[in-house]
Parts: sequence; C-alpha cells; structure tokens
Amino acid sequence: MSQIRGPFDEPPDTSFGRFVPAVSVLAASTFAVWPVIAHVPLFPPLGLLMLLGWRLSRPLSLPVWASLPLGLYDDLLSGQPLGNSMLFWTLCSFMIDLIDQRIVFRDFWQDWLIAGGSICFCLILGRLVVSPLAAHVDTLLMLQIAVTTLLFPLATRICTMLTREEETV
Amino acid sequence: MAPPRNRRPGFSRRAQYGLFLGYVIAAAGSLVAAVLLALSAIDPPAFAVLRATVAEVTTPVSSGLSTVGQWFGAIPGSVGSYFGVHDENKRLRKQLSDQHALFMRARSLGYENRRLAALLRLRERVAEPVVTARLVSSSVTSTRRFAVLNAGSWQGVASGQPVIGPDGLVGRILETGPNSARVLLLVDPESVVPVRRTRDGMPALAAGRGDGLVDIRSVATATAAFGPGDVFVSSGIGGIYPPGIPVAHVIRRGPEAGLARTYAQPDTLDYAMVQRAFMPTPPPLTVPQPAPKPTPKPKTKATPTASKPVAR
Repeated sequence: MSQIRGPFDEPPDTSFGRFVPAVSVLAASTFAVWPVIAHVPLFPPLGLLMLLGWRLSRPLSLPVWASLPLGLYDDLLSGQPLGNSMLFWTLCSFMIDLIDQRIVFRDFWQDWLIAGGSICFCLILGRLVVSPLAAHVDTLLMLQIAVTTLLFPLATRICTMLTREEETV
Repeated sequence: MAPPRNRRPGFSRRAQYGLFLGYVIAAAGSLVAAVLLALSAIDPPAFAVLRATVAEVTTPVSSGLSTVGQWFGAIPGSVGSYFGVHDENKRLRKQLSDQHALFMRARSLGYENRRLAALLRLRERVAEPVVTARLVSSSVTSTRRFAVLNAGSWQGVASGQPVIGPDGLVGRILETGPNSARVLLLVDPESVVPVRRTRDGMPALAAGRGDGLVDIRSVATATAAFGPGDVFVSSGIGGIYPPGIPVAHVIRRGPEAGLARTYAQPDTLDYAMVQRAFMPTPPPLTVPQPAPKPTPKPKTKATPTASKPVAR
C-alpha cells in the first residue's frame, strides 16, 4: 500500500462522527413508518429537511453524491416511485452548489429561502411525477410545503446539536 | 461569520481528484435515477420486490409502535368515558328500544329472503376471507395514498384482492411481500370503484380525489344529481370488489360529481379483512382460430357513381 497522502494533507477522519449526518438523514426518512394511516399528505418529508439542514449549515458534512443513497432509502420507505428522491435531491444539491459559488456570504434568512425553494422543487416535481394532473392535491401540497419550510430552522438546530455533541465527545 | 462554504480542497491532488470523482458519481447517479424514475412511471410495480423487502423490516416496527401508541392513546378516552357513562347508558337503552321493531322486521325479511333464494335455487357467490390483519403504516409524505398491511403472500394475500374494514371498503391490494402488502386506499387519486346508490340502484363510479374525499361520478351520459345523503355501496361490477359493501356517502354537491366521504376512514382504521377477488379474472382465452372465409357471394352491386348526384 503506497502512501498517496501528501505531507501537508489532513489525516482522514476515522471517527464515528463522520457518519452522524448520514445516519440522522436516514433516521428522519424512517419516520415514514410511523403508524398512522394518513388520508391527506400533510406530513413533511423529514429526510429531505435534514439533508437540506446539513447541506446548508455544514456544507462539508456530506459528500455531493450522498443524496443518491439517502434518496434511494427514502424512496423505498415513502410511497414515491423509485428514483424520485434520488434524482430530485441530487439536483437540489447541484443547485445549492451553484448558489454557493455565487453568494458566498449568506445569512440564515437566505439559507431558509434556498431551503424553501429546494423543498418546493422536490415536492412539486414529486407530485407531478406520481399523481395524475386532475387529482385534487394541490392545496394540500402547498400546505405541506409551508409546513416543511417552517420546520427548516428546527432541522438546522438539530444539526448544530448533533455536531456539538460530537465535538464534546 | 463566514463559514467554510467552499469545497475547494487546496493544493492536494488527491483531494481534488476525490472531489471531482464525487461530482462524476453524483451526475452519473442522477442519470441512473432518472432512468429508474422513468421505468417506475411506465411500469409502477417494477421495483415492488425492493419495496417489499424494506417493508418486511419496517412492518414489525410500525406494528410495535402502534401497539404502544394505542395503549397510551386509550388513556384519555377511558377517563372521559368513566364520567359520561351514565348519560350514555340512558341513550343506548333508548336507542335499543327504538330499534327493536326495526330489528324484528329485518329478521323476518332475512328469513323470507333466504326462503325465496332457496326457492329460486339461486347460486350465491360467497366472498371468502383470506386473512384479517392490521394496517400498520401509510405513505404519509407522498401525494399517493398507500397503506401497509401486516400480512403478505405467506398468508395468501395476492394483488388485486379487496380489503374491507369494519365500516366499509378500504381499498385493494397492490403489491405483496412475504409478510406485508401494500394497499391502494379508496382516496388515492388513481383508485376507481364501481358503486351503486342504495336508494334506487343507480350505477356510479367512486374515484379518489387525493384530498381524503372521493368523487361520485355518474356512469350514464346524463349527469345525475347526487345530493347530500346519498349512500353508495359497491356494485360488484368489474369483479374485484364484492357487492353490497358500504363505500361512501355524499356530503356536498359538486359541479360535475358529488363529493363523498368514505365510510372506512383511513385514520381510524385498525383491522382490515382481505377477501378473495369477487370474480377473479378468467385465464386468458386461447386465440380462436380464424374461421375459413366464406366464399364471397357473386352479388351484382349497383355502381355507386350511377346513383350519385353529379353536381354538388
């Protein structure tokens, strides 16, 4: 095994803490198995929310391809067709990368706006893919988008909490 | 404070290549995801096996959680009923005495019905139950309305079988795993159930809207007015749903269809019974051999040009 790492490179992170963001997104997606038989789609997509929280508050915590496996897990649990979250979540992270290049110094309100836009993008495209256009779900979808967007500060709070815990340990 | 937003990894070649490779993987993966999405859109049950495998793991978790939730959820109800028990007792006694006459009449009608059916030698098709199980979870974030049933192909559940709750029709089985099955609820935007009005037997279709209600659409060309109070039961047409199961009652008159609420409310649903498909689809017929063509009759046909008017 040759030494590829240069003399000034950081040693690779081997702690368990590097998995915390991915595990928290998976756990949030798992909330879809909560035993409630909903007849209106009002429950926010928590996996997407946690992914956006990590991506916008700690940009280096997840690699850019991480939304593929995380989205695959979310697709298998939510009722959406396979590939839905994989595709839209990855497109979201590409878009946030582009915004990162344009607007480097941002405050929290701008992050919240970006998160709202991403949530709109994912949920509206998901609705167009899966339900016929004549279905009467658009009002409820707006409500779901509003609920999810309002929960974004909570997601960033949880991300911060998890990182702090990880630092103290 | 400006957080370390840029992903630029400095001068390390290895880190730069790693970052680039990450983008290559993400772009290729999103292409794959687009293909998967297109495949699922064309053929919805394409990845049923994958979903069923995950559901095998999540179904016991959900059912365990629901047991705990019901245990805690029952506490306020039992406290409240302790205080209201006297009034309720009085009300129930009154209801019982009111309905006694109706009950006797229904009993005699049932007897007469059986006797007449025996007289006609009517061959009744009895809907056999397959299994009774709990609905444990549902697609809470999606705009589709699926529920997960805690029984699968090991218990004899197969796709296309109707699911019936204590209050009425719930939906039908869409995909099955060994121990879990996915149920298409009545309120799903792609669910359509043939129904008839109890009052006069007028046929209609109950199509899900996606917002917790169903549309009652008239089958006939003339738009029938479905007003509040109309009750619809399944008609048995189509062969999936057995006839006579309560489906929905109209709550509001809509512009082109009546808005109806289903009797089995999916949130309050607990146990559900899976029945065999009422009249399963027959095996595919053998392709009929083309009959030998009859020899064309030597028929003198009047030339059409002769009778046609020359000038228009």
